[in-house]
Amino acid sequence: MLRSIVRLQCQLGSSRTLLKYCSRDPASNFSIQSNAYSSAMTERRKFYKDVSIAQGEGGVYEVHLDRRKLKTPGGKLFTVPNESLAVAVATEWDAQKETLKYYSMHLTTLCNTAIDNPTHRDKQQMITASLKFVETDTVCYRIDDPPALVELQKNEWDPVLHWIENRYNVEIGSSYNILGPEIPAATIDTFRQHLNSYNFWSLTGLEFVITQLKSVVLSLALIDRHLTVEEAVLLSRLEEEYQIERWGSVEWCHDYDMYELRARTAAGALFVQLSSEMSSVKRKLMQDC
Amino acid sequence: MSGLSPSLRVFRGLLKELREIHGTTYKNTLAYNYVIDQFRKNGVTGERQCRARQEALHLSQAYLCLLRSTREHLALHKLYHGKGDRGLAEMASLVGLRLPSQPGGKGWEE
Repeated sequence: MLRSIVRLQCQLGSSRTLLKYCSRDPASNFSIQSNAYSSAMTERRKFYKDVSIAQGEGGVYEVHLDRRKLKTPGGKLFTVPNESLAVAVATEWDAQKETLKYYSMHLTTLCNTAIDNPTHRDKQQMITASLKFVETDTVCYRIDDPPALVELQKNEWDPVLHWIENRYNVEIGSSYNILGPEIPAATIDTFRQHLNSYNFWSLTGLEFVITQLKSVVLSLALIDRHLTVEEAVLLSRLEEEYQIERWGSVEWCHDYDMYELRARTAAGALFVQLSSEMSSVKRKLMQDC
Repeated sequence: MSGLSPSLRVFRGLLKELREIHGTTYKNTLAYNYVIDQFRKNGVTGERQCRARQEALHLSQAYLCLLRSTREHLALHKLYHGKGDRGLAEMASLVGLRLPSQPGGKGWEE
């Protein structure tokens, strides 16, 4: 009996890596795609030396690792619409030292998501998912207890809220109630129309930013260049920052979270801008001024 | 440092991050050439304000933030992230115990 268990373990040992992936996500099936995606936190040995970019068919850019073309986890050829994005992605691959840390390669991840579309969603579904965050927007929910925090939220969040209300000519408002403010349907409609003007790629990035900051208001202010990444992240973590100031910062929690959030938000914001603008537009604008 | 224009400050920040990534050979990289090229095109020291330049500045600030935060995040990750479960012997030694040793093996190894 004991011997047969040992033998079974030996046999399973060879497929241990496979088991490791599956144990994290019991619902995952054995398709290549789900395995490739669930290995995001694992590291892999670096298998290339040189990273370069090349222009492929139809003007899109590819990333080459040594002489091999980079592919997505879904098995498609990795292509991006412009040079800036290709250089940024290539730099991410070039920055890896002995092991590939996929969890630190946010731009690559975003491109993969846009190319593979692993959840098979269309633009309208993404817009609806993004606009869900308007109802529970971070900057709309105010606290009424420690007077210093009340003051801080008012001073820091109100200007952004007013800015967005003027910029899009909408009504959002804030609330001390747990149910949040009543958002008029017209506001959602305006945002829906605005988001409709984004292409699929930039919408992927925008949704990513919104889910990171937990706020449509802050995300749009960031994309519209009203806030820098650092400011947007600070405003998103306002209550936490207040508590840190009062009780002290714990590096392995607070700083770790903040840098990760900054990196993710910056990657999302870059991704939106790089995939929505073509460099030719920029050059034309330069001639005008 | 405070006397520098914002774009020049971002420019120097970007070069510093690229140096952190690639070491002394950073001047041979794609990113270095691209950054130099972009900043030259947009006129680093120019006084005139225009939309394209604002756009480029915002973009470069976001990129600098991405590179810097990723580096800081990875440094903390390396320092604090768990390395996985400890082995049985290591775990026992943590609380001052030792696994019993059996010179002849336990009898069921192959």
